[in-house]
Amino acid sequence: MSVPSGYEAVIGLEIHVQLSTQTKMFCGCALSFGDQPNVHTCPVCLAHPGTLPVVNERAVRYALQIALALGCEVAPRSIFHRKNYFYPDSPKGYQISQYDIPLAANGSLAGVRIHRVHLEEDAAKMVHLGESGRIHGSAASLVDFNRGGTPLVEIVTEPDLHDPGEARQWAQLLRTTVEQLGVSDVNMEEGSLRCDANVSIRPPGAEELGTKTELKNMNSFRFLERGIAAELERQASVLEAGGEVAQETFHFDPRTGSLTPLRSKEYAHDYRYLPEPDLVPLAPTEQMLREAREALPELPDQRRRRYEAEFGVPEVTARQLAFDAELGTYFEGALEAGDGVEPSVIANWVTGDLAAARRHFGADGREVAPAHLVAVARMVVEKRITHASGREVLDALVDPGSSIGDPEEVVESRQLAAVSDSSELEAIVERAIEAEPAAAEKVRSGNPKAIGPIVGAVMRETKGRADGGEVTRLIREKLGAA
Amino acid sequence: MILTAVCRSARCTYDQGVIDRDQVLHVARLARLALTDEEIERMSGELPAILEHVERMNELDLDGVEPTSHVVALENVLRADEPRPSWERDRILDGAPDPSGGAFRVPSPQA
Repeated sequence: MSVPSGYEAVIGLEIHVQLSTQTKMFCGCALSFGDQPNVHTCPVCLAHPGTLPVVNERAVRYALQIALALGCEVAPRSIFHRKNYFYPDSPKGYQISQYDIPLAANGSLAGVRIHRVHLEEDAAKMVHLGESGRIHGSAASLVDFNRGGTPLVEIVTEPDLHDPGEARQWAQLLRTTVEQLGVSDVNMEEGSLRCDANVSIRPPGAEELGTKTELKNMNSFRFLERGIAAELERQASVLEAGGEVAQETFHFDPRTGSLTPLRSKEYAHDYRYLPEPDLVPLAPTEQMLREAREALPELPDQRRRRYEAEFGVPEVTARQLAFDAELGTYFEGALEAGDGVEPSVIANWVTGDLAAARRHFGADGREVAPAHLVAVARMVVEKRITHASGREVLDALVDPGSSIGDPEEVVESRQLAAVSDSSELEAIVERAIEAEPAAAEKVRSGNPKAIGPIVGAVMRETKGRADGGEVTRLIREKLGAA
Repeated sequence: MILTAVCRSARCTYDQGVIDRDQVLHVARLARLALTDEEIERMSGELPAILEHVERMNELDLDGVEPTSHVVALENVLRADEPRPSWERDRILDGAPDPSGGAFRVPSPQA
């Protein structure tokens, strides 16, 4: 999926992250997912008259960590605003958000500038009943306020992305970054990470931005990429037909994979922002900032750079390891266990053969202890087993149908130890040359490519336990073709 | 204050004490108010009077004056992230006109 030819795509993302605090943004109701409706509500989050919001301290701390991880400048003093809109998911008739002075701004992550980072509260969840409602077939909706008031951090990028795949990759990096901070579950299907995109196209090199449209509700990275690609195509075809792109909002339907425009009435952007008189300003103290800074772990992009610089791991591999929190933790564990084995070799095993074995056996596959992976890599490096045998050992360790959990045992029980005794190997090579006289003759008369059948015979005899390079060398030597 | 904000952000090109019918309807729609013709007429006259009153602030020289977002000189009023019991659902739904299966049933806003 790419950009329609003849155009440049300009893409900005707007990401909402639900913070994994214990309680809601402005009241002590517990956060929840999947509970019975309306069991986590109180007069504050239901906006009963006379109630007052009080800011959750941990939500501020988490938001500061996100802001710092994205290299933002934290505002010395930010204020909350009321964003007014009338809809049943917001009992107050407004959402408490931030407006002209957000918590933080002007950051960047992997070359994409961050416009702003601010704190706000989530809306309630609604289930639309369609026409099955009660009064004369009139449509009704059910409102569940458990989610209402969940702390959210909104992250807005500058329009620095230029390709649907790039947007997807970047969003994944952002997710891993937030995940590493441990401030959110970042689960797109459950909605703890939500991603909207602003999309426009223009002729390459044009200064002026095209009219942008907004895509909402893409609840997986695949859909994000697909939704943006579909919208770029649509905009290109509108322009090709001599039309103009209208400023619209589209809702992505994951079931059909299609974009549906929202009726203009539903998104009248007329929010009449007002400073929230019930909340005092937020002025992060030196101590709050220091604590947030000290809580930052090594972040994925830093990790990628370290893997490249320190270990000479190629960029693609470094990305794979650093941008997938689970894989990265595994690699770090393997490094600790891996004295003597080159980090770049371990990196290749983790992203290559181990990943392949895991894919092969899927969710049932067994975990391979990092120390065991390193043991396999070491056996191969030391030529105690061949690379192919190493792969077989890993397969056996992941295979849920196998019960052996130790690489040495696998090597022993399957007799994978390399034929390292050179006299034994020499004898096997000699027999193979006798068994393939035609090929041997061709090699002797100067055709090195004809060696295949002889190598094959050796491998059959040794069941793949001989080192390929060593076998080739021996055959050539014997045939005087070295 | 709310009305000024309403009218400011509603892009009411407020001009010489006139707010026309469309502007009144726009503001009414945002608040989901159904106004009679008579009320629209009356609002067209009352809203400008309110705005005019606030407009008088523009007569002051306010360059370099920080906007006030809060009248109390307090900052960082924060609450520890410790759960407190929520209300019983029955009690919460007691005041709902049309509860259904533990939820608030409302006329569909999409209709």
